[in-house]
Amino acid sequence: MLMLLGKKIGMTQVYDAQGKISPVTVIQAGPCVVTQIKTSEKDGYSAVQMGFDAVKKSRVKKPAEGHFSKSGSASKRFVREARFDNDGQIECAVGDELNVAAFVDTKYLDISGTSKGKGFAGGMKRHGFGGFPASHGCKRKHRAPGAISSHASDAGHGGNLKKGKRMAGHMGAVRITSKHNELISIDETQNLLIVKGSVPGAPGGYVEIRRSKTKQQ
Amino acid sequence: MKTQLLDSVESKSLKEKVPYFEIGDTVEVHCRIKEGEKTRIQIFTGTVIGRKSRGINETFTVRRVVGSEGVERIFPLHSPNVVDVVPVRSGKTRRAKLYFLRDRVGKAVKLPHRHSTHTVIK
Repeated sequence: MLMLLGKKIGMTQVYDAQGKISPVTVIQAGPCVVTQIKTSEKDGYSAVQMGFDAVKKSRVKKPAEGHFSKSGSASKRFVREARFDNDGQIECAVGDELNVAAFVDTKYLDISGTSKGKGFAGGMKRHGFGGFPASHGCKRKHRAPGAISSHASDAGHGGNLKKGKRMAGHMGAVRITSKHNELISIDETQNLLIVKGSVPGAPGGYVEIRRSKTKQQ
Repeated sequence: MKTQLLDSVESKSLKEKVPYFEIGDTVEVHCRIKEGEKTRIQIFTGTVIGRKSRGINETFTVRRVVGSEGVERIFPLHSPNVVDVVPVRSGKTRRAKLYFLRDRVGKAVKLPHRHSTHTVIK
């Protein structure tokens, strides 16, 4: 399962030949350098480790610098592994550069990234609770979550709330995969993927791009 | 750098030659419309009462009065379906948005004529 690492540049719109306008996200993907090949014999599983985006030399620790030098590349900021079922599926070697050309015959992509953090959010924003009326005698609880069930008789939970009860709390800044994003076009000179729809995270955020697993290509 | 990359993507959708017209011009908008399998050009004539946004998002509003009912259409400037915009008459105006025309009826909707080079061609 080949993967590319990229950076979200931002969103814009493009027209197609029929004159239809589509919202698109521009992702700068690659060049990614293969920094290590993990084999089932040596590491217990098969994977390709790759790095993306240059980083200032002074910001890299010595051991990391040594690791990157094995592939003959400068240090990278964003490093991730692409897992494979077995060693035979790995077609690249350490030091290889991967770029957007890998997705030439791909139609749909799955894109993973870290979503925008929303801080401590209430039940309405976090879980889509309905809240309470703005008027008709409603006082001081317009956005409150409401009742959270009985504590005492909740057998098996020792007088506590059931685990996973939906309440206010921290929202966002978690890994999210956006599935079946249509790949509209590829710019090989600038390493850009133009993808229909939105992608997790803020502009400048890092994403992992894979061929869609569940949608027919 | 970020905006440069975005611009390079947008630029492929932008028109190479943007039709020239000004606020207050009476224009003929040639739009391509699809009827079943066939496509044809439909012309919408009216006064340009405003332009909005930049780049790929740029739109302009054309107003005309049909019978006693005002009709406004908003066209994306760079849409391939907006084939051409032909100015036929220039109107004298001092502002960028002519929303005051919405409150006018009858003869008052017509802006005073302005002699302009870009409409003389026609």
